Amino acid sequence: MNDWVIALIKVVFIWTWTLIIATIMTWVERRGSAMIQDRLGPNRAGPFGLFQPLADGIKLFTKEDIIPEKAHKILFNLGPILFALPAFSAYAVVPFGDKIVIGGKEILLQVADVNVGFLYIVAVGSMAVYGIVVGGWGSNNKYSILGGLRSTAQLISYEVPWGIVLLTTVMVYGTFSLREISLAQQGTFLGFLPNWGIFKQPLGFILFIVTAYAEANRVPFDLPEAESEIVAGYHTEYGSMRLGLYLFGEYVNMYTLAALMVTLFFGAWHLPYVDMSKFLSPFAYGIASFLVFFAKVAFFLWLFVWVRWTVPRFRYDQVMGLGWKALIPLALANLFITALVVQLTV
Amino acid sequence: MSRQLDAQAGHGTGDFVTINIGPSHPAMHGTLRVVALTDGETIVEADPEIGYLHRGVEKLAENLTYHQFIPITDRLNYCSAITNNVAYEMAVEKLMGIEIPDKAKVIRSIMMELARISDHIVCVGILGVDLGAFTPFFYLFIQREELYEIFEWYNGARLTNTFGRIGGVEADLPEDFEERWRRLVPNLRKAIDETDKLLTHNRIWMDRTIGVTAFSAEDALNWGFTGPCLRACGVKRDLRKDEPYYLYDQLSFEVPVGKHGDVFDRYMVRMIEMEESIKLVDQLLKIYKEFGPDDPLMAKVPKVLKGPEGEVYAAIESPNGELGFYVKGDGSDKPYRVKIRPPCYMVYQAFPELVKGEMVADLIACLSSLNIIAGELDR
Repeated sequence: MNDWVIALIKVVFIWTWTLIIATIMTWVERRGSAMIQDRLGPNRAGPFGLFQPLADGIKLFTKEDIIPEKAHKILFNLGPILFALPAFSAYAVVPFGDKIVIGGKEILLQVADVNVGFLYIVAVGSMAVYGIVVGGWGSNNKYSILGGLRSTAQLISYEVPWGIVLLTTVMVYGTFSLREISLAQQGTFLGFLPNWGIFKQPLGFILFIVTAYAEANRVPFDLPEAESEIVAGYHTEYGSMRLGLYLFGEYVNMYTLAALMVTLFFGAWHLPYVDMSKFLSPFAYGIASFLVFFAKVAFFLWLFVWVRWTVPRFRYDQVMGLGWKALIPLALANLFITALVVQLTV
Repeated sequence: MSRQLDAQAGHGTGDFVTINIGPSHPAMHGTLRVVALTDGETIVEADPEIGYLHRGVEKLAENLTYHQFIPITDRLNYCSAITNNVAYEMAVEKLMGIEIPDKAKVIRSIMMELARISDHIVCVGILGVDLGAFTPFFYLFIQREELYEIFEWYNGARLTNTFGRIGGVEADLPEDFEERWRRLVPNLRKAIDETDKLLTHNRIWMDRTIGVTAFSAEDALNWGFTGPCLRACGVKRDLRKDEPYYLYDQLSFEVPVGKHGDVFDRYMVRMIEMEESIKLVDQLLKIYKEFGPDDPLMAKVPKVLKGPEGEVYAAIESPNGELGFYVKGDGSDKPYRVKIRPPCYMVYQAFPELVKGEMVADLIACLSSLNIIAGELDR
């Protein structure tokens, strides 16, 4: 097979897969919240309401597409695209398994093993804020502007500790490539712990998960769309598929962040204490590594849902306070300690 | 003030922006409206505008007979319609000098305490929703549903109960009322307990509520606060204790008080009051069991009620505070004038004062914790 074809297949696969995950996540969110809240949740469309996302999709596509009269037409149209596009692109460098051998050809389960994978994620991830700001501004609605402002402030503040934590992991593993980081997490650490990032960077992981929630605009950091305060925040004026793109992009973001968490801190596709590649055929190993990776991601996706339906929401100034007064100093301290340890041991 | 702020809407003056919140807004319970002048997220000035749910209830009373007005009182504080019914009936009975039978008093008290629980459930649940904690709302509302089943089972109505008649109550408690109540209590306690676990000591919840829109006891008294909002400020005033009506002076219950009058204290006062109300119903049921099935439920009242000339004011401790009815009779079968003193009205007056200098998110929290019900505010 031609390399081009393989790359194309991988792109199409990961794109569809991400779409499917995001779709299923909307179902998980609704059924999960129902489970937590002692309700039934959507259970009419298909078995266990599994076709509900499909029905929602049809609804979003067929709804009337309204652009407010006083809205800035170009920016209003641009917003959702700017939000959804980076969300989809970010996943390109995150691996979704080790490698698979088909017809004697070794295929890496990753769209692109870029040697600056980290920088790519940080760069593309930061783009999402434009979608929110542009959408909020273009709507010509005060609630939207407030939501956009909150979001800008939040994303910019939380990208700093986020970036520092990423930097710390780079220092630990000595590489920018996400695949190499995944490979480095095989075996054991200190003789008895799995060689996972979380055991090397416990504080880093806590900081990462907090900032990831903020980056994904999820409760307790969902101020940009706090429905009880500013109606729906930046997407107040949006309807039909434009709104769909915003909602969808959020779930795609969640998926990318969960995958990143697994890649950096939870040993990517490695099982603790077991090396699957030793007793599985190369093809089966490829499938198994994908499944293990995805099982871990699924847990973190569920965690997003779990947290959302458990805790209240922060206030704007509290989010800023937490970001600048707690997370950034902690991230810097973590960076400093890691630097010392790396310097002394290597 | 309102007109002034309206004129600026959309333009902003200098560094400030006016934000119009309501009357149709997810956090505006019913149809309230607040025009807020904001500096970024900080509120420089908030101007509540009332009257969107004004139905002329007091005027309606003048054209209806004494009995016909009872269903209208349901529509005041629709979260606890029963207390409104009883407050009105009490005022009319006072005007006509009717002494209702003890059994009717007990039944009324039981139903009022149930209404109090359901009202507090609404307030606490919605406060959670407005602060982003959606789940406790459901835990509580499932139990409120059971309470509504009890109401429905008593006289067929769930929300607008039209409970009681002038001179007593229309029906005895259903036979297995107590059994049903016993079944409900553990679940209700569990729901309250789970809410408590999810919220009270939650760091985010504490950050969002403690110290937010704090109010001193002196200010609260000056503004005419009553009920949980006043008790949260540290004033131990509860009409059930201070000016007892019915059998409340024979019952033992605690009146919880807060310290700072902030959102957290208002929330805590309501949480404790729910527990106290459960205990009260238990005590009342004990008294109720001493009555025989044939004991009278109604005092002797004429078929056509004619209010004598004169005026009375009767007030009870409704879940929101002092709910008073001033009734003036002119000798006919219709009241000459009915004036309602809803607790919300006095509390809402202080709203601009409360939220000044706080943030937009606090405005929402404050509004929910005050439990402003548009129905009784606008009347």
